[in-house]
Amino acid sequence: MATNTTGELPKKNPISMQLDLSKFSDADFRPATDDEKRQQDVMSESTTFFKDGMRKLFRNPLAVGSLIVLAVIILTIIIAPMVVPYSYDEILSVNGRRDKGAKNLAPFTYSEMEQQYMEKGGTRFPHIFGTDEQSRDYFIRVIYGTRISLFIGFFASIIVLIIGMLYGSISGYLGGRVDLIMMRIVDIIYSLPDMLMIILLSVVLNEVLVFPAGSLLSRLGTNMVSLFIVFGLLYWVGMARLIRGQILSIKENEYILAARSIGARPGRIIRQHILPNCLSVIIISTALQIPSAIFTESFLSFVGIGVRAPMPSLGSLANAAREGLQSYPYKLVFPALMICLIVLSLNLLGDGLRDAFDPKLKR
Amino acid sequence: MVKYIVKRLLLAVLTVLIICAITFFAMHAVPGGPFNREKALSEATLAALNARYNLDKSVPEQFVLYMSGILRGDFGVSLKTGRDITAIIGESFPISARLGVSAMIVALILGTVFGSLAALTRNQLPDRIIVFFSTLFTAVPSFVLATLLLLVFCIRLQWIPVWSVNSQNYVLPVISLAAYPMAYITRLSKTSMLDALSQDYIRTARAKGVSRFKMIFKHALRNSLIPVITYAGPQIAYIITGSMVIETIFTIGGLGSKFVTAITNRDYTLIMATTIFLATLMVIANVICDLLYKVVDPRIKYE
Repeated sequence: MATNTTGELPKKNPISMQLDLSKFSDADFRPATDDEKRQQDVMSESTTFFKDGMRKLFRNPLAVGSLIVLAVIILTIIIAPMVVPYSYDEILSVNGRRDKGAKNLAPFTYSEMEQQYMEKGGTRFPHIFGTDEQSRDYFIRVIYGTRISLFIGFFASIIVLIIGMLYGSISGYLGGRVDLIMMRIVDIIYSLPDMLMIILLSVVLNEVLVFPAGSLLSRLGTNMVSLFIVFGLLYWVGMARLIRGQILSIKENEYILAARSIGARPGRIIRQHILPNCLSVIIISTALQIPSAIFTESFLSFVGIGVRAPMPSLGSLANAAREGLQSYPYKLVFPALMICLIVLSLNLLGDGLRDAFDPKLKR
Repeated sequence: MVKYIVKRLLLAVLTVLIICAITFFAMHAVPGGPFNREKALSEATLAALNARYNLDKSVPEQFVLYMSGILRGDFGVSLKTGRDITAIIGESFPISARLGVSAMIVALILGTVFGSLAALTRNQLPDRIIVFFSTLFTAVPSFVLATLLLLVFCIRLQWIPVWSVNSQNYVLPVISLAAYPMAYITRLSKTSMLDALSQDYIRTARAKGVSRFKMIFKHALRNSLIPVITYAGPQIAYIITGSMVIETIFTIGGLGSKFVTAITNRDYTLIMATTIFLATLMVIANVICDLLYKVVDPRIKYE
C-alpha cells in the first residue's frame, strides 16, 4: 500500500468506485454541534402500549361520554347519602310522629304534616323523586338501589374473572390431557342453560343457606350471596375459554421458551409473562361482564329471588313500581332510566376499550 | 359428518342427564318435605302420602323412578294445586311457543334487514339511526320495555286491548320479547355484511357487471347470514327466559308465567319439571343450530 507523504489527497482513478475526497472540504468532517444533533431527535415521545391505548380511548367521544356518565353516577351514589337526611328503609316521620300522609308523593312535593312543620319554621329536605307507597324517600332508595346493582355487577365480574383466569390459565398452560378434561367440563357447563340454572340454584340456596345473625354475609342477605355463588359456579366458563385461547397462542412465543430454559417455574411464567400479555382482553371482557350481571340481577329481582327487602336494587324497584303504574309512572321511570344509563355507558365503554386496546378485534 | 352428529347428540344427551340430576338433587336439598304444612298431618297419613309419592325410598332410588316417569311423559303432580304437571305443560306450552316463535321470526327477519341496510348505507343517515336504536335496545331490560309499552298503548292510548281470553293480541308481547335479540342480530349482521361486502368475490361479481340487487341478495346476504345462525341458538335460550317476564307482565297464561308463579309459590315439583322441560328444549335447539351451521357453511370442518 503506497503511503502518502505530502499530505495531499491522491488523485482519483476515473474508474474507481471510491468517493472523490477532493470534493469535500475540512468543514464537512467537523463533529456536529449540539444544535445539529438535536435535529436528529425523534419529535414525538415514545409511548407505551397502555398510554397509546388510553390516548385512543380518550379520542373516542362515546367512550369519554360514558366515562363521564359513570363518574357522575358513582359520585352521586357516594355523596347523595351524606347529603340526604333520609335512609333507604326509613319511614318518614315529622318530629318523631309517623307521617301518614307522605305516601306516594310526587317529586318535589311535601305532605300536609311537612307543610305545617315548615310553616312553623322547620326545614325539610325535598323529596327529589317523591316517596313510595310505604312513605319512604324514593330518591335515596334509587340511590341505594344503584349502589347495590353496581356492587353486584362489579363483584360478580371480579368473581368470574378470578375463577375464569385461574382455570383458563392452568388449562391452557398445561395443555395435553389435563387441558382436554378441563375443557370437556367447561363444555358441559357451557351447554347448561345458565338462566334456568341460576333460577333453580337461587331458589334452593335461598332455602339452604343460613348465616349467623349479624355477620357480614347475613347483612348482605342470602339472596345476594346465592347470586354470587351462582355467578361463581356458572358464568366463569366464558372467561376461562377466552383466557385459555389467549394463553395457547402466547405460550408459543420465544420469550416463554427463554424463561423456561433459565428455570422459571410455571406459576411465575403465567403470572409474569403470559397474563400481562392478555391483560387487554381480560379488562375488556370484564367491563362487558358488569352490565350482563346487572341485567341478571334485575331479572332475578323481577322473578322474586333478587335482593331481600327492604334493601332496594334497581331491578326490584322497577318491579315494585309496576303495581301503581297507572298513577305513578315516574316510579318506574327513575330506576329504569338508571339501569339503562349504567348498562348503556358500560357497554359503550367496553366497546371503546376494545377498539383502543385490542386492534385485532376491531372491525 | 355422521361421526360428528353422533358425537354432538351424545353430548346433548349427557347434558340433559346432568341437568336432570342437578335439578333433582338441588330440589331435594331444600329442607322440609312437601307435606310440611301449618296443619300437622297424622303419622299414618304422612306415611301413606310418602309411600304414594315414593318419598320413603332413598334419594338415588327416587331419582331413577322420577327419570323413568319423565321418559313415560309423567312429570308428577304440582305440589300446590295437585294438578298433573304434564297436563299443565301441555296446555300452557303452545301459548309460549307461539309467542316465542313469532318473536324469533320477527327478530331474525327485522334484524338481518336492518343490519344489512346499515351495512349498505355505512356512515349515512339510515346507518346512524339503526346503530343508535340497536345500541339503545341492548341496554333496556325487557321488563321495562314491556311495562312501558303496556302503559302507553294499552292504558293511556288504549289502542290495543289488555290481554284477556277474548282479545289475544300478540303485537306488544312479541315486540317486547323480540327487541333485544333484534338489536343484537342487527349489530351482528351489520358486521358480517360489511365483512362479506369486502370479499374478493363481490369485487369479481361487480367487475363482471352483476346487478347491485343480485350482488347483494345472491352473493353478500347469503354469506353474511352464517354468523347469524350461530347466534340463533343462544337467542332461543334468551327468548325462553325472556318470555317468563313478558308473559307475567302481559298476564299471558303460558309456561313462562306458570314457572314464575311456581317460583313465587315454592312449588318444587313444578319448578323441577319446568326446568327440565325448558332446559331440554334449549339443548335440542342448540344441537339443531350447530348442525344447521355446518350444513350452511361447508367450509367448516367436522371435529
